[in-house]
Amino acid sequence: MTWIAENFELIASLTLVHLRQSLVALGLGFAISLALGWVAWRVEFLRSLLVTTTGLMYTIPSLALLMILPVATGMSAISEGNLIVALVVYAVAILLRSVVDGLESVGPEVRQAATALGYGPARRFAAVELPLAGPVILSGLRVTAVSTISLATVGILVGVTNLGYLFTNGLQRRIIPEVFSGILAVAVVALAIDLLLVLLGRALMPWTRPAAAKRRSLSPHTAGAGEAP
Amino acid sequence: MIEFRTVAKRYLDGTTAVDNFSLTVPNGKTTVLVGSSGCGKTTLLRMVNRMVEPTSGSVLIDGEDIRSQPVVPLRRSIGYVMQNAGLLPHFTVAQNISTVLRLQKTGRKAAENRAHELMEVMGLDTALAQRYPHQLSGGQQQRVGVARGLAADPAILLMDEPFGAVDPIVRSELQKELIRLQSELGKTILFVTHDIDEAFLLGDQVAILSAGANLLQLGSPSQIIEAPASDFVASFIGAERGQRALSVKQTPTGPVLVDGQGRTQGRLVGADEAS
Amino acid sequence: MNLISDALAWIADPQQWQGGDSLQLLIGQHLMYTAWAVLIAGAIAIPLGWMIGHTGKGREAAMAVSGAARAVPSFGLLILLVLLMGVLHKPEAALLTFVLLAIPSLLAGAYGGFEAIDRKTIDAARAMGMTEKEILFKVEIPLGLPLLLGGVRSAVLQVVATVTIAAYVNLGGLGLPIISGLNLRRFDMVLGGSLLVAALALLLDTLFMILSRWAVPHGLRLQRRPSANPARMLFRKPAPPMQRQER
Repeated sequence: MTWIAENFELIASLTLVHLRQSLVALGLGFAISLALGWVAWRVEFLRSLLVTTTGLMYTIPSLALLMILPVATGMSAISEGNLIVALVVYAVAILLRSVVDGLESVGPEVRQAATALGYGPARRFAAVELPLAGPVILSGLRVTAVSTISLATVGILVGVTNLGYLFTNGLQRRIIPEVFSGILAVAVVALAIDLLLVLLGRALMPWTRPAAAKRRSLSPHTAGAGEAP
Repeated sequence: MIEFRTVAKRYLDGTTAVDNFSLTVPNGKTTVLVGSSGCGKTTLLRMVNRMVEPTSGSVLIDGEDIRSQPVVPLRRSIGYVMQNAGLLPHFTVAQNISTVLRLQKTGRKAAENRAHELMEVMGLDTALAQRYPHQLSGGQQQRVGVARGLAADPAILLMDEPFGAVDPIVRSELQKELIRLQSELGKTILFVTHDIDEAFLLGDQVAILSAGANLLQLGSPSQIIEAPASDFVASFIGAERGQRALSVKQTPTGPVLVDGQGRTQGRLVGADEAS
Repeated sequence: MNLISDALAWIADPQQWQGGDSLQLLIGQHLMYTAWAVLIAGAIAIPLGWMIGHTGKGREAAMAVSGAARAVPSFGLLILLVLLMGVLHKPEAALLTFVLLAIPSLLAGAYGGFEAIDRKTIDAARAMGMTEKEILFKVEIPLGLPLLLGGVRSAVLQVVATVTIAAYVNLGGLGLPIISGLNLRRFDMVLGGSLLVAALALLLDTLFMILSRWAVPHGLRLQRRPSANPARMLFRKPAPPMQRQER
């Protein structure tokens, strides 16, 4: 505990850097996933191709990606940009699938009803399909956020400083509280962002709230009690 | 014979699904519980196989309180048919029909033979035996559901809106099939529906319920149509409108019956002898 | 392109396939860590997930614990456990890290599979007179299998990718050429090691695709996937490949 207190400033500044790196990557990853997801959903033959190839990128070890990306992008391996690009790649690998799943979960009857009401394709996407896909996309975004924040720590192995510094430095100097504080800080940041996303989801998608309550009442042991719906 | 003795079902949140309900369901007859949705009719039905336990009162089968025996053998001894058939999606048609037999350790071959026999009884092509439920039409699934209910040859058959999810033409076929089957088998059937026409078509005895499983009238379809117990029952069964308010109209070829909207519904035969 | 041919040349070099750090040894280590981690995690998480799915109890708690576990960086956890358990117990520390990494996906797959089953199906099974045990083994487990396999698959892929960091604390595996290459600035080693990890992941993924085709209950194969339920999708990693073929 004393180590944490004594080094609070270091932890705080590393947390800010870490947050900046992860949030930029998350934002870019989200935007790219939405765009690619829309394409994959509209163009049938691209769908499995896009989803499978981006999914495969998830299997590349992060360390390796951090070393190889600079060759492709021309960025320095130890630059923050390099880490962010790598994190974006992983974000898209997870999130694109959720976006496509979410858009597909919108029933054809809803889509047809919206078309019949006179929505054009662009308006329909923004006003009907995207909001209805929202809950699925949000759950994907939550997984992506937590994983991105946790993954970013690997950046320290190629020399990009963030909360991962507390791990390598702690190992070299054998300071257990330092490593522990790093884990704690990453977990707190991840859970805080997760909570923020949940609250954001509730604010933006108020119609999802009663559905959750209804589902709970259908647990196996109360299901036997009610009248069939 | 099934007896409901002042059964009630109250939930923790204060709602009362069933309030002191009593009814005797005679052996070998079809008794239909009819009422609008949420009136507690399904709750009553599910009390018989203890899918719902009453908070007070008791249910008796052939004079014996159903709580006197363990719940699993009780449920296996009662056929149950539900809306959308409730078939197990990973079992074939034959496996679905013989589920209860297999649970009771009936041999594989005997269970399969029984499944085929029941498929024939239900008018299902035995070529469908190895199909899976989602490969069948809604009407076929419902037939499988009825066959499954009959597999262990139970004395009692509980049917919870079994034909509610199929289109009117198929529903009408299934209703006819059930009438034919019942005339051969003579099961004690407790049938739940919100469709009054279905109730009158299938029921030897019809119980009309309002919210809280309040028994408004009990009787044969004829008794209820001839003498509705209240204005509410009269309006519920549509006595003053539609097909049930028929009047005689004279035509050059003899008297015909017309409904409330003036549409001719049928010809009056035997009128000469009657008058 | 040059880089990839260098990496392939490095892999093909017979020198890499002999001696103390031969590639077959590293691949073996990598697979052993993965297999043990997923097996141990499965032995804990799958029965637990089934229990939660069957009773409906403890779901919130399981979700909270899974969520928190996912927020813990494996890299940091490995270092912490190595420091805590001592240098002599490094392999155990690494294994524990990977077990903890695999648990959330497996747990979610197990109970998510049960939750995805139509309540009416289970209601019908109970009304027919199945005992709770029969409902569990004859209805819930087979019907929950597709999502469980999806969970196992994502757990395996996560662990395969993460075992790479074991090399950072000198535990071998395919991370070894990556980490040594990093220090030596030998891109052919880095890329060669990564290609092998990716190939391993692909191989396992394909294996799961075949396995899930074989294991999914017959009656479900041609069925349309139930529309995605947001609560169910929560915490799901990239969905299993079998859902792709169902369409």
